[in-house]
Parts: sequence; C-alpha cells; structure tokens
Amino acid sequence: MKILSFNKILAMLLCFLVALSFCGCYCEEYIPSADYELSLEGEYNKSLAGTTLNVFNWGEYIPDGTEGSMDINKKFSELTGIKVNYTTYENNEAMYAKLKSGGVSYDIIIPSDYMIERMNKEKMLEKLDFSRISNYKYIDPQYKNLYFDPENEYSVPYSVGMVGLIYNTKTVKQKPDSWGTMWDEKYKGDILNFNNPRDAFAISQQFLGFDLNTTDKTQWDKAAHKLIEQKKILQSYVMDEIFQKMEDGEAAIAPYYAGDFLLMQENNPDLEFVYPKEGTNIFVDSVCVPKGCQNYEAAMLYINFLLEPDIALEIAEYVYYATPNTAVLENDDYSLKGNEYLYPEVYPKVQYFHDVDSDIRTYYEYLWESVKLA
Amino acid sequence: MKHISRIYTALVMVFLYAPIAVMVVYSFNASRSTSVFGGFSLKWYAELLNDSSTIEALENTLVLAVLSSLVATVLGTLSAVGIFSMKKKWAKTAAMTVTNIPMMNPDIVTGISLMLLFVFVGQMVGSKNSLGFGTMLIAHITFNLPYVILSVLPKLRQTDHHLAEAAQDLGCTPFMAFFKVILPSIMPGVFSGLMMAFTLSLDDFVISYFTTGPDFQTLPIKIFSMTKRRVTPDMYALSTLIFLSVLLLLILSNVAQARSEKRREGAKA
Amino acid sequence: MNKKRTDFAQKLISAPYIVWSAIFIIVPLLMVAYYAFTDKSGAFTLDNISGLSRYAKTFGMSLLYAAEATVISLIIAYPLAYFMSNMKAGAQRMMSMLIMLPMWMNFLIRTYSWITILAKTGIINTLLSKIGIGPVQLINTPGAVVLGMVYNYLPYMVLPIYTVMVKIDKSLLEAADDLGSSPISRLRRVIFPMTVPGIISGITMVFVPSVSTFYISQKLGGGKTMLIGDVIEMQFQSSYNYNLGAAISLVLMVLILISLAVMNRFDDSEEGGILI
Repeated sequence: MKILSFNKILAMLLCFLVALSFCGCYCEEYIPSADYELSLEGEYNKSLAGTTLNVFNWGEYIPDGTEGSMDINKKFSELTGIKVNYTTYENNEAMYAKLKSGGVSYDIIIPSDYMIERMNKEKMLEKLDFSRISNYKYIDPQYKNLYFDPENEYSVPYSVGMVGLIYNTKTVKQKPDSWGTMWDEKYKGDILNFNNPRDAFAISQQFLGFDLNTTDKTQWDKAAHKLIEQKKILQSYVMDEIFQKMEDGEAAIAPYYAGDFLLMQENNPDLEFVYPKEGTNIFVDSVCVPKGCQNYEAAMLYINFLLEPDIALEIAEYVYYATPNTAVLENDDYSLKGNEYLYPEVYPKVQYFHDVDSDIRTYYEYLWESVKLA
Repeated sequence: MKHISRIYTALVMVFLYAPIAVMVVYSFNASRSTSVFGGFSLKWYAELLNDSSTIEALENTLVLAVLSSLVATVLGTLSAVGIFSMKKKWAKTAAMTVTNIPMMNPDIVTGISLMLLFVFVGQMVGSKNSLGFGTMLIAHITFNLPYVILSVLPKLRQTDHHLAEAAQDLGCTPFMAFFKVILPSIMPGVFSGLMMAFTLSLDDFVISYFTTGPDFQTLPIKIFSMTKRRVTPDMYALSTLIFLSVLLLLILSNVAQARSEKRREGAKA
Repeated sequence: MNKKRTDFAQKLISAPYIVWSAIFIIVPLLMVAYYAFTDKSGAFTLDNISGLSRYAKTFGMSLLYAAEATVISLIIAYPLAYFMSNMKAGAQRMMSMLIMLPMWMNFLIRTYSWITILAKTGIINTLLSKIGIGPVQLINTPGAVVLGMVYNYLPYMVLPIYTVMVKIDKSLLEAADDLGSSPISRLRRVIFPMTVPGIISGITMVFVPSVSTFYISQKLGGGKTMLIGDVIEMQFQSSYNYNLGAAISLVLMVLILISLAVMNRFDDSEEGGILI
C-alpha cells in the first residue's frame, strides 16, 4: 500500500515536470530578449541550417543572455539556423582530457596559448580557412604570429589577460606588492589559490624568482614545496568558485585574472587588485578547431561571427578581459576602453606559458598531485 | 518518551530541510549572491525561464528518465521471470551476483567502466562522437535494471505457480500464461520497479557525468557545471520550483489517501 | 513435452538480460582491469598498481571519513526509525515521505546550499557573531565533508531500518514485557537482532557512496581534502591518465567488495538489501 502511494506521487511528479518544462518554453517567448541593432559585416545565411555546432569553452566566457547581456549563441542560431551545443570546461587540462578521450568531438574550442602549442605539436588542431574569416583583419597585429601559432594557421585570438593579486581592503590594510602575501600567516584561512597545476605553480615560481617554463626539475620541486607549505594557511583551491568567495568576503586574498577582478569589484567595492612586483603571467586564449570536428563550415562561420565588431564588443563587455579586437579597442562605446588594469600604460613584468617537454609536464603533474594529496 | 520522540524527530527534520530552506529563501535574493541576502526579488525566476539551455536540459532529463526506466522495466521483468525459473542453483547465484554488481559498485566505478567500454568500441568502429544520448541511455538502463529485478522477484515468489501450470494445462502457451496469469500478479512489483528506476535516472549525476557527450546535457550535468562557475541564484530558483511541485503532490496524495482510508474504515464500521 | 517447451521459453526469456549484463556489466569491468594492467601504449605493466602506494593515505582517509559518516548516520537513524515505527499510521506515512522528499532534489544543489550555511560569512557564523562568538571555521574542513556525507545519505539509512522495524510483530514486544524484561534489554535482545538486516543494508547504502564521493569533498572540503573519488575523477577528467584511474578504481572496488562480503556474513537473508 505504501509503495503504491509512493508510486502515484512519482507518476504525478512526472506529469508536473513535463508541464513545467513546457511552461518554460512557453514563457520564454514572452520575455523579450535584449534586442540590439546589429550590423554585421560577414554574410550569415541559412545554408547550413539544421546542422549542429559543438562549442566547448571556458565557463563564464561568452555572453549568455543573463542579466541583460546578448545571448551570442542564440543570436548565431537565429541568423544561421545552426544549433549550438554549448558546454564548458574548467581549465585547459580538463578540456584536453575530454578531447583526448576520443568519445566526444567538438567543432570549436578556446584553449590558452601553451595548450595550443601542445595540441599543435600533437597534431590535434585543424587548419583554419582564413579566406572565410574576413573579420580576422580586426585582430591586433601584436597578437598575431605568436610563438604558439607562428604562421597564424590554427588560431584566432579571443581574449587576452594577465594574472594579478586580488585583495579585500577590509582585511588587507596595506597594499600588497608581492606574491609573498599569499604566504603571510596573518591571513590564515583567507587565502585562495588556483585549482590547476600551471597557474598554481606559476604563483610559487614567480615568488621564488623562477622561469615559468623551467626545465630544471629541482626548481619545480621547490615550487611544489612552497605550495605544500602554503596549504596550512590556504582556505581552498578554486577556479570560478572564486567569484562567490571574494564577492561575499569569504576570502580576502586570491590570484586571478584581471578581467574577473573587475567583475568582482562591481559586486564588492572593497576589492582591489595589484600586479605583483615579481612579475606575472600573460595569456592569450584563442579560438581553434580540433581535428575530428564534424562541422567545419559552421565553425568558420562561428569564428567570423565572434570577430564581428558588434559581437566582439558584447563579448568584451561581458567577459571583461582585454580584447585583441581593434574594432572594439577603437570604439568609444567600449566601457573598459583604456582601463588601467586591462590596458595598463606600463606593463608589469610578464611571462607567457610555453608547452614544456612531456617529461617535465608529467613531472609537474605528478608534483601537483602530491601537493593536492599532502 | 513522547516528548523525546517528537523533539528528536523535529531535530532530524531541521537537519534534513535546512539546506532546502536556505535554497528557497535565497532563490528570492535580489543580489546575485548565494550567501548574502540583499532583499526580495523574483528576477532569478525570470532569468531561469529565459534560459533556454536549462529548459532543454530539463527536457533531456525527462526523456532519458522515461525511456531508460521503461526499457529497464520490460527487460528487468523478463529477466526476473527468467532468473526465478532457473533450475540450477549455480546459475541462479551467478545471475543474482551479476545483478548485484551495479548496486554494490560505487557509481564512479560503474561510470568509468562504461565510459571505457563506449570509448573503446567507439574507436574500434571509427566513431569520433560515441558519447551522447545513446551511451547515456545504455548506462541508465544498466544501473536501473537491478532495481527492477529486485522489486519484481519478491512478487514472483509470492505468486502461486500452480496457477500458471494450470493455465498451461488448459491450453495456454507459456507466453499466454505469462501475460494472463503471472504478469497481473507481479504488477505492483513491476510498477514500483519502474518508478524507482525513473527516480534514480532523474537524479543520477555520477554515471551520467562520465558517459555524457556535448550534444546531450541533463539537468544534473548542467547543475554541476553551474556550480563550477559563478553561481547565481537561478539554480536555487529551479530547485525551488521542483521542490514545490514535489511537495504539492505529496500533500495532495496524502490527503487523498487519508480520505480513502477513512472511507474504508467508515465502510467497515 | 509441455515441460520442455516451458523450459525453453524460460531460457529465452532471460536471454536478453544475460546478453545485456554480459556486455554492459561484465565487459566494462574487464575493461577497467585491462586498463589497470596496461600502459598508454597498451603493453602489459604492473606500474599502475605498484604506484598506488602513494595513495595509501588517501585510501585510508576516504575509508575513515566514510566509516565516520556511516556510524553517525546509524546513530541518528536508529532512534528515528524506532520513533517512526511507533507513530500512528498517518504520521508514519507522512514521515517516510518527508524523509524521501529531499532525495528527489538534486543532490548537487543540496550539497551546495550547505556552503551558504557553513561559510565564514554564512548563516551559522552570522548568528554566532550576533552573540559575540566566531567566526568559526566550519567549511573546508574534514568535518564539513563528513557532514555532507551524513546529510546526503541519511535517508538511505533511515528507510531500510524503518522498514524492518515496522514489520516487527508487536506481540513479541508485549511478550518480552510480560516476561519482565527492561526496556533496554528489550531493545537489545528483541528489537536489535530483528533489525540487523535493515542496519546492514543501511550501512551498505551509506558507506559505498560516501567512500567514493568526489563532489562533496570538492565543495565542502575546498579541494584541500582529496578523497579517493577525487583522485579517480582527476585522472579521467583532467590528468588524462586512464590507466592509473582504472587501477585506483579496481582497488577501490575490491576494497568495497571485501568489506561488503565481511559485513554480509552477519546477514542471512537471501539477497542483498534493497530500499523500500
């Protein structure tokens, strides 16, 4: 008897959920999506309508229609009839693992510099057809021909950024100038660090004055040791969970990307940002097409779409990272134009990540695991 | 004793419902935080309904749960009958052991074992996109099966088997005997197996996480990637809606049942 | 003649399941074993298994936390199930629904909302600071991880125990009373032995998911407390080391099967416990 009533409820629950999901579709039409006057330069027609495009991107890395932003993927679908399957990853390594598994295929990925270099070495990237990416002309020449794609064949820069130290002025009274703040016992329990090997090691390497791409294993050892030492006073390892923690005042010190800091500061004015004197990491995240993609044509169309001045502006205004798109940089409507953190007049000392030898890579991944296990 | 019982029960309920209460309250938060309350607002509900990918994930979840529980129920019921009628003791034990594996194994092991198989087979047949709806459906059917079998078996044990034999003596084929005699008597077990399979499938995260592909996202997968990003209260809004609908149905069914019981008691008296 | 046909039909009936479970239960486990004993190029190796010693501490910690969570759940659940079984029929029905209801909510979100409660700026600490205490470090501690396990899997402990308790014949208890046994000895000598099957299935259903969890430790432990589930997830989802991940899974599976086998020696019912 008991079982039967339990089942009846479940059956009803099912009906209710179905109703709810229909209601969702229904209401959707009644909420006006933020409409913008779009002027597009490329040609977008419905010749590929009905096909799908699998996009694999970082979390929080494209306007998705929330809080008044434009839903870029939806817009693209409206224009072309191509369905966009959009999924996200947490860091470069997770993206690589997923791609390597062989069970999934994507048409668009947006890895960082060193990961592009690695994927290129491993022949995992497809050449882009630049004749179909007419908006490539907007890419700032200083982001072309970089070490990870010297011939400009495989990647189109999406955004650029630098890592810095975010701190809460309520807890940290004196403006910090060094990565050493992250080892200051005074702030025990208030410190966050990156939850991925490359970025976390970089903090420790810079503090110790090492090259980020060193091939000296003892330097990696020392950097790992430093991270283990930090664990005693560390609150947690985070990626995008950082927003919550810094905005709510849950943590007071954290290294993260400058653009994300600007977003956090909007929600918590007590936050400040500094590029530490030891120098920092600069990165370029670029759009690529992995080998094994199923819809190359649509991918080219999508890349060109992302580079449209109006779309790139939307992206830059949502993501808050520095943009490599000159059309945006010259646009007076761009609210972050000349922002002191994104586009500093005097750049801090910066280093790019390079893809290190697989031997070193295996070694630091092993060390990273030891850090996490410690 | 009565007081202790009440207080104790109430305390456990507070423990069980505290996070749910928090979720409901913060779904009305005017600020985007999930820990600092900044006033009342319905904006997260509006954001939620405007978010087509969440709605799509909800639909996917339902489609997967319905399909996988139906297939698992048909397959599971047949297997329960088969296992029950196995004559050899060793065969029965072996079948039961295999049935128990997905229940006893941690989900993470089941998930990765299936993923390894799917990827391996996918590579053998040269498919670049083997993970997706199909693999998730197989995975869900697989972990649902034992629950169906184990809820049908006890009912089979209670069924009078002379009835089936009698039906066959009277000229029924074994299949007819099954449908006319056995199936009606095990129906409650079949139904509870179906519902259990449906619930499990609806809420499964770990196994789905390892067998999912880019073109088919379910709600738990979507929620997982949401909690890895900047969490906004729209996730709480979604859960609040689901919670309220379940609660409403519980109350309705409870009232209905209490009423029918009263009527029955009245009839007895 | 008839008998033979029936036999054949019955064999036919279980055939799809036998095929299904061979392909999707047995073969995947063989795949795990295959990956565990090979390297990236597919050659046989024992390195994955022998390299597991560095995870000994993590294995130990996972087992310890899961055991703690299981014991705490049992301590909370047993009196609750007992109280429930003594309630009126309507109240019993209401209670079992109230206990099941949270299980229909997504467990990821329920776990996540504990952050709101436990955080330094969270509800408990805000209340504490009102009376002049704190802030107390609650989140990102092993305690928070165990709490998350207890919270998530408590219903799986309550329901099986309650189910067996309800079935206890009340006249037995009256008989014990008549024979002059104290409430304590009644509990110990009559009720407890009869609820052992429920306890065992409860323990199984709390221990197994607790020992292999990765989400709870990530969210409530702050990524600082790595459990064995985290290590496995890391191999598959970011380190891309399937062979090592498979080796760890294999060992985890064997450990769990051993503990279940040991426990099931206390249980004499025909098949493993099942919910409801």
